[in-house]
Amino acid sequence: MSTIVVSRLRPGEGGALRLFASQEALLAFAIVGIAILVGLYNPRFLATRNLGDIVLGNAYIAVAAIGMSMVIVSGNIDISVGSLIGVLATISGSLAVAGVPIILVWLTPLMVGILVMMLQGAVIAYLRIPAIVVTLGMLSILKGGLISVTGGRWITDLPQSFHLADIELFGILPMPVLIMVAATILAALWMRYSASGRAIFATGGNAEAARLCGVSPRRTVVMVFALHGLFAGIAALLFATQLKVIQSTVPPNLELTVITAAVVGGVSILGGVGTVVGSTLAAVLIAEIASALVFINVSPYWIHAVQGGLILVTVVADILRRQRRQVGE
Amino acid sequence: MSDARNALMREGGPAAPLLAVAGIEKSFPGVRALSGVSFEVAPGEVHALLGENGAGKSTLIKIISGVYRPDAGTIHLDGRPLRLDSPDDARRAGIATIYQELLLFRDLTVAENVFMGHAPRGRGGRLDWKAMAAKTEALLATLEIVDLAPSRVVGSLSVGNRQRVEILRALSQDAQLLIMDEPTAALTEYDVTRLFDIVRRLKSRGVGIIYISHRMDEIFQLADRVTVLRDGAQVGTRRVAETSSAELVQMMVGRQIESLFPKVAVAVGAPVLEVRDLVRRPMTRRISLTVRAGEILGLAGLVGSGRSELARTIFGVTPAESGEILVSGEPVQIRAPSRARALGIAYVPEDRATQGLVRPMNVRENFSLASLARVARFGFIDSAAETRLAETGVARFRVRAGSLDQVVGRLSGGNQQKIVLGKWLANQPKLLILDEPTRGIDVGAKAEIHRLMCELAAQGLAILMISSELPEVLGMSDRVLVMREGRLVAEFSRAEATPEAVGAAMMGSQGADAGRAA
Repeated sequence: MSTIVVSRLRPGEGGALRLFASQEALLAFAIVGIAILVGLYNPRFLATRNLGDIVLGNAYIAVAAIGMSMVIVSGNIDISVGSLIGVLATISGSLAVAGVPIILVWLTPLMVGILVMMLQGAVIAYLRIPAIVVTLGMLSILKGGLISVTGGRWITDLPQSFHLADIELFGILPMPVLIMVAATILAALWMRYSASGRAIFATGGNAEAARLCGVSPRRTVVMVFALHGLFAGIAALLFATQLKVIQSTVPPNLELTVITAAVVGGVSILGGVGTVVGSTLAAVLIAEIASALVFINVSPYWIHAVQGGLILVTVVADILRRQRRQVGE
Repeated sequence: MSDARNALMREGGPAAPLLAVAGIEKSFPGVRALSGVSFEVAPGEVHALLGENGAGKSTLIKIISGVYRPDAGTIHLDGRPLRLDSPDDARRAGIATIYQELLLFRDLTVAENVFMGHAPRGRGGRLDWKAMAAKTEALLATLEIVDLAPSRVVGSLSVGNRQRVEILRALSQDAQLLIMDEPTAALTEYDVTRLFDIVRRLKSRGVGIIYISHRMDEIFQLADRVTVLRDGAQVGTRRVAETSSAELVQMMVGRQIESLFPKVAVAVGAPVLEVRDLVRRPMTRRISLTVRAGEILGLAGLVGSGRSELARTIFGVTPAESGEILVSGEPVQIRAPSRARALGIAYVPEDRATQGLVRPMNVRENFSLASLARVARFGFIDSAAETRLAETGVARFRVRAGSLDQVVGRLSGGNQQKIVLGKWLANQPKLLILDEPTRGIDVGAKAEIHRLMCELAAQGLAILMISSELPEVLGMSDRVLVMREGRLVAEFSRAEATPEAVGAAMMGSQGADAGRAA
């Protein structure tokens, strides 16, 4: 029974211990651990080129997972993001082929992403329709619309300037990786230290209490979806520019991979808890495992089973942690 | 041999206990929750458990109802040793528990709720709806409840009626021992009277009752014996007839409380809030009132009389349809809580869990939530300022928390309430609206909150206090307004406000409206 009045404790105290127990640290250990184990089995896994490809090819998932984390922390969910990324990639590619100035090619998907997501956020917040229903509707509209409009054709002959992945900072750091890292750090700082970031946690943790404190849960949800749309736009650009062609489809279950990254990264599916550093690390971990399967001669189709397993383990661990916490009461 | 002894004990008359709990120990990681607790409940006895929040009452009843397993100690029911591995074991042994948060299915009917899990079956295992309704009727009849139809949907019932459904549920399972955790916390005075009536009926039938309450008068009205816990240890068991509330309070807190209500007279200043003909249907009907600086205005009334609705309308949660609100003499429009906050109004809501705190957030973040604008610069939170704010609050309110990083969901009710209060006072309001400020919290924390209210009033804060505890309203208020059915029906000065007069106005008894002045 802690009956001492403790006002002198600093927030940082016990921080080192917590750091080791945090989801982020676990993920980082897992990423390094798997690299070492698979590297021992098949040293080619550790080739710089392979490790680079793992991050480069999946940066867009990590970026999309940043927005998804914010959405889930706010107490919502979005299953339309995969289709939206497909649509935005196609828009961007079509503009590029049509010879539109490159700045517009890059900005248009961001704006459209923000608009589509804001619209969904507004419907969810102001008409009080559950996010899963609204985004399920949007998923079908976008997916169906994309196939109807493009007829399933691929976009080819993309101009050279379109390819972000070819741009390297200091000649070594490819643009997609730079964007992923920068977006993660900025989003993490913003969520942790800004008043708006705090509002997301408050809304997801207890919308009614937040409202009484003068935080507007509605506006917060619309803002979160707008940001989610921005990150979906960036993700679409990274996705569109990594290959020489744009297919009018996206990897199947892309939205589920993005949600997996957020949840495995430590975002509580109940809302109110989570970080984007965790989701980015989780996205890298999932990509690493997918690649590792190939190097240890396991069918890559197992990645879905692995993702599913990761989700279950994370959620069970989260629930167990919560239960232990409550017992202390 | 033990059978023979059991038989002997059963025939041993009133001395044979129904429930005997001995030497219960329970620890959680880092916390010793119970150490050596022993007490007995005789058939037909109401045995009260008393203690501050965190004293171990909840842990104890969770052990008796099979939720937790004790580390050591024994539980005997009717002379037989009980091993409770799950709440279901306890239920089958005849132990029923009614928690503060009622565990009912809102969308099902009264009868369905009563017989959930043990519904009467007909041929081929199908549910026998007729038998279910008839049995529910029979149970209602034994308690002489006439205004509750078995076919009513539970979600449409008042809190008092829902509680009766829980009691029926316990009876339908032939419970010999009924555990009630603060059953009156959310009840109106009228429902409390009816609950007591039911408890006495159960008592006369030989049901043993463990009764947890913070309200001293209830214990003296209802209980035969009382066991006091403090910091997980048993301070003692007393026959209610042989003790006094002063002794019990001292046992609970381990210190003498000078006065339950440390009310000090304060010079009342200019009006801070004036409300004129405020309407928000259906529960706020042409309300006019004034709260002045340094004044504590008590708002009395039954639960459901429209007091909380009025508070929420003033605060902009459910904005007014018509009428005027003046803050410091200036007419204002309050269409959202953020506007009310900007005008210097603070609102500590009725229900901490659902409205007051963000449970996954820590102490520091909860403290700063209502004053983010004050600790943020260019939209970014200044961590040092935020920490200072929280430290000041923790010290001022004597919050008992491990650290500022502790998640608030793990704190006791009293500490949670202190944080809700502190959160709002960090914003330096001019008007503080308190809705049931001390509901469900222990005597010590209660006294601290009362002391603080007086301090704040002395500093010139205007306080509008809603409370269903008459002694609190009378003890703390400079003036008392009474609401009934969405209207103000009476006003009393501190001198005029006697329990009889205010109570009569609340209930709408004859002649009460004569108290209306102004």
